[in-house]
Amino acid sequence: MSLTTFLQHFLNALQWGSFYALIAVGYTMVYGVLLLINFAHGDIFMVGAYLGMFVALFLLAQYDVALPLDLPAWALLPLTILVAMALTAVVGVTIERVAYRPLRRKGAPRLYVVITALMFGLLLEYGNLATLGARDRQFPRLIEPTLYNIGGVRFTNVRVAVIVLSLLAMAVLGFLVQRTKTGMAMRAISYDRLAVPLMGVSVDRIIVVTFVIGSAMAALAGVMFGVSYPILSFNMGLLFGWKAFIAAVVGGIGSIRGAVVGGYILGFVEIFVAAFMPSTYRDLIAFSVLLLIITIRPTGLFGVARRTKV
Amino acid sequence: MPALIGVLFLATVVPSGLGLYNPYIQLVLIYIGVNIVLTVSLNLVNGYMGEFSVGHAAFMGVGAYVSSVTTVALVIGNPRLGGPLLPEASSLVVFPLSLLLGGVAAAVFGLLVAIPSFRVRGDYLAIITLAVNFIFKSLVENLDVIGGPRGFLGMTRVTSAMGRAVDVPWTMIWAFVATVGTVYVVHSLVNSTFGKAIVAIREDEIAAELMTVDTRRVKVVAFLLSCGLAGVAGGLFAHVLGFINPAGFGILKSTEVLVMVYLGGMGSITGSVLSAAGLTVLLEAMRPLHVFRWVLIPLLLILLMRFRPTGLMGSRELTDVFPALRRWFGRPPEDEHFEHTGGRVS
Repeated sequence: MSLTTFLQHFLNALQWGSFYALIAVGYTMVYGVLLLINFAHGDIFMVGAYLGMFVALFLLAQYDVALPLDLPAWALLPLTILVAMALTAVVGVTIERVAYRPLRRKGAPRLYVVITALMFGLLLEYGNLATLGARDRQFPRLIEPTLYNIGGVRFTNVRVAVIVLSLLAMAVLGFLVQRTKTGMAMRAISYDRLAVPLMGVSVDRIIVVTFVIGSAMAALAGVMFGVSYPILSFNMGLLFGWKAFIAAVVGGIGSIRGAVVGGYILGFVEIFVAAFMPSTYRDLIAFSVLLLIITIRPTGLFGVARRTKV
Repeated sequence: MPALIGVLFLATVVPSGLGLYNPYIQLVLIYIGVNIVLTVSLNLVNGYMGEFSVGHAAFMGVGAYVSSVTTVALVIGNPRLGGPLLPEASSLVVFPLSLLLGGVAAAVFGLLVAIPSFRVRGDYLAIITLAVNFIFKSLVENLDVIGGPRGFLGMTRVTSAMGRAVDVPWTMIWAFVATVGTVYVVHSLVNSTFGKAIVAIREDEIAAELMTVDTRRVKVVAFLLSCGLAGVAGGLFAHVLGFINPAGFGILKSTEVLVMVYLGGMGSITGSVLSAAGLTVLLEAMRPLHVFRWVLIPLLLILLMRFRPTGLMGSRELTDVFPALRRWFGRPPEDEHFEHTGGRVS
């Protein structure tokens, strides 16, 4: 393989892996705090993409409601992303309040909450199908794509934007988790969930913050997915969500760094398999590689084995 | 127990044989049977053993493909698999054997999962079974000899060949046998000493190990039995539907079975039977609602979980709720004082 083709696939993989990494972060954070596999998270990604589409259409004055001011073209994408992130965070927190918290309060076994999460994912999907119809939606064009060519490696400004924004978002997330008090409380809960409330930390507040951040990350992934591949369908989050969950586990579930690395690994494997083999082998090989990693390192790449003391 | 089986036999198989039920009702009845087998077998691993396996459809799919390929290749013949090797009447013997073969194949496939996954506990089994489900689907899609993504068919000709040989509702009979057999096997298993070991693993694995339970062996045996039963259910499903494709054994099918297990309650066989039957009927009854069916069902289940957070039955059996039923179900007397704690440590 020549260097230029390698770099070409490398960029593709970085973009593709960014989506997985951003979704996997949400899985792993909720798991770290609640020990809950939030199976509705893939559909939060879908909700983020759709909300982004509606926000973008609104900003582009496609609806009857007129905007009070004229938006400069460069502000369109950042504004869409921020509003979609905020709205999706509201959806994520609502799900937590409506579906997960009552069960937690009643002391239901953990796996029943997982099933509720699965159901909520289906509800979001088919609620979308029932209200918006089966027709695929077109994501409006927010930035004019320009093609660059540096030494034979071709890429668009969209691809650069996706990669840069994802890395930026992960840097911000790293700061939030490592340097702020809330982040410290989050890490403390995943370390010892019994001691944290005794230290005067409001666990419910931390859980809400976790869902806000996780959903916002999924929304970022959703909007950028819409910008890159402008066809949205009601079940787009399903396979993406399951795959991102596997990526999170490969990284070591509960570890944010692990989720990012796992997401990029999955992206790289998928792109490079599709580049050299018939694309029908993509899932087969991607999952076999992930299975192999888990077999060799059962706690994932960055997971810490928990010893049970007797 | 025998009385109950007799009543069920009179209510399902006999009217089908006499032509009192139309084909649609027979189909729904067989689906109920298949779903009961799937749910009860998954409950053994997820409910009684407390693991979290999410890829049950993959094992069902292995059974479906193995048994379909066996019967079609032996009795019907297929341009890619070669001509029929046996006369048509042999389908009467080949069909049940192929179901067994499908079960064995699913169990062997389950071994591939069991060996790496039991080094760790809890949610890692979820991920391994999830990945295996994707791998299975992708593998079949790439196997052109059994139809790849287009699917595999010809099983209706096997079932009609059986009907021509002896005119009784064969699929209904075998679905009945498989359902009753599964419930009997799992019920006997969880009430045996071995079953106590399974429940002990759920409650506290280390304590179980200290009490001389060979946890690794118990886990593998329970998991393989569960996979094997799912394989049998898959074989039945394939022959009833007459057409299988890899997409039908994807993660959505697994989700359906998971929902049935947790709706019925972890560690309750009667709960599994009730929820499998109830949900199958509900899904069929709501067919006219089209898309809204899949809005209403999750909504119903979320509400149900809110008010009954441990499923319909929790970890109790129907005989615990209505002790008068014990006359019919007849539990072994030494179990009278045994109480499930349902995974909760008091």
